[in-house]
Amino acid sequence: MVVYNLYIFHRNGQCLFYREWLRRKQTKMTQEEEFKLMNGFIYSVKSFVQRLSPTDLKDGFLSFKTNCYKLNYYETPTGLKFILNTDNNVSNIRDILHQLYSTIFVNYIVKNPRCSALDIINNDQEIFIEKLDEFISNLSIFSQTNKT
Amino acid sequence: MVVHSFYVINRSGGLIFSYEHSIPKIELEKTFSYPLDFVFKRTQKGAVVEFGQRDGIKVGHTILSINGTQVRGNYIDFSAPSSINNDDDQQISTSTSHDVIEYLSDSTNYPVTIKFGRPRLNGNEKLILASIFHSMYAIACQLSPELNSTGIRELETDQFKLNCFQSITGIKFLALTDIRQGNVDALLKRSYELYSDYALKNPFYSIDQPIWCPLFQETVKQAIDSLEKTGSPYT
Repeated sequence: MVVYNLYIFHRNGQCLFYREWLRRKQTKMTQEEEFKLMNGFIYSVKSFVQRLSPTDLKDGFLSFKTNCYKLNYYETPTGLKFILNTDNNVSNIRDILHQLYSTIFVNYIVKNPRCSALDIINNDQEIFIEKLDEFISNLSIFSQTNKT
Repeated sequence: MVVHSFYVINRSGGLIFSYEHSIPKIELEKTFSYPLDFVFKRTQKGAVVEFGQRDGIKVGHTILSINGTQVRGNYIDFSAPSSINNDDDQQISTSTSHDVIEYLSDSTNYPVTIKFGRPRLNGNEKLILASIFHSMYAIACQLSPELNSTGIRELETDQFKLNCFQSITGIKFLALTDIRQGNVDALLKRSYELYSDYALKNPFYSIDQPIWCPLFQETVKQAIDSLEKTGSPYT
């Protein structure tokens, strides 16, 4: 099982953080365009789901699968969006994404006085990246194929 | 385990077939006294609850009727039924069309009985959603981190699951089901079979146009029924 990449979006649509562990296909656009596309895409998936649903939704959109990857989505009530791409064999990892938010993001970004919640998380937030890598590589869904 | 609805989308994103199998009807009627706890928002479809969920009335529900009189969009016309029921009222009858939100903000109209409900999709909205899905499908394969990805095959929420099967010819078959419903892929493959048998072999059907073939609808319904009962779309 494989973890591909992670996007974190602010509620205004800005991409706060992007990290990839394994990515076999790059898009033809620049990274900035890709973030915009991803954010707009998630926005339309959310409104699509909201309108199509036959009953009232609680959490709303959770994930989708294609033939080779699964996009997992978690949104905090403050509007932060976490998008983690994994392979298809991964079951519901909502609690993992929540844990990622509550233990890594809150502890090393929100509680860091030098880091405003609106800022793009760049490479000098070493401790955040380090802890994130550690968290992801300790997951059971992160396997050997990922490390090579 | 339920199949809610079934759609067919053509190669250019147009909805060519839609069938509603079992959509739960969410309606609630309650009597309220002044002031109301809800905050309403005017939309194209009428007054929508924007804030103040209570007693099963959720954000996003619209006002369907007030005191038993149907609401049309944002307006309500009390004159129509009262003039039929009561001959005396006919003389007073003037323009009695009210704006729903204004009517509810007037304390003299209370107590009032309001029926709320989750708005249903109309034909036009289904068309829009089908073409949105068509582009979502394409973007999902563009944003793939892995080579040779198709578009969305299975979309999950906490309340329903949307399965999509795209044939080699580019026709998409969609089924909206309960999250626990299994074997939906088999249903979609079966409906592709039915599509080739009953829609395409119909001499009056032109390709990529809406399917108005009663036999197709009937057999799709049978397949869905059989999936719900036996777990397999084949009878």
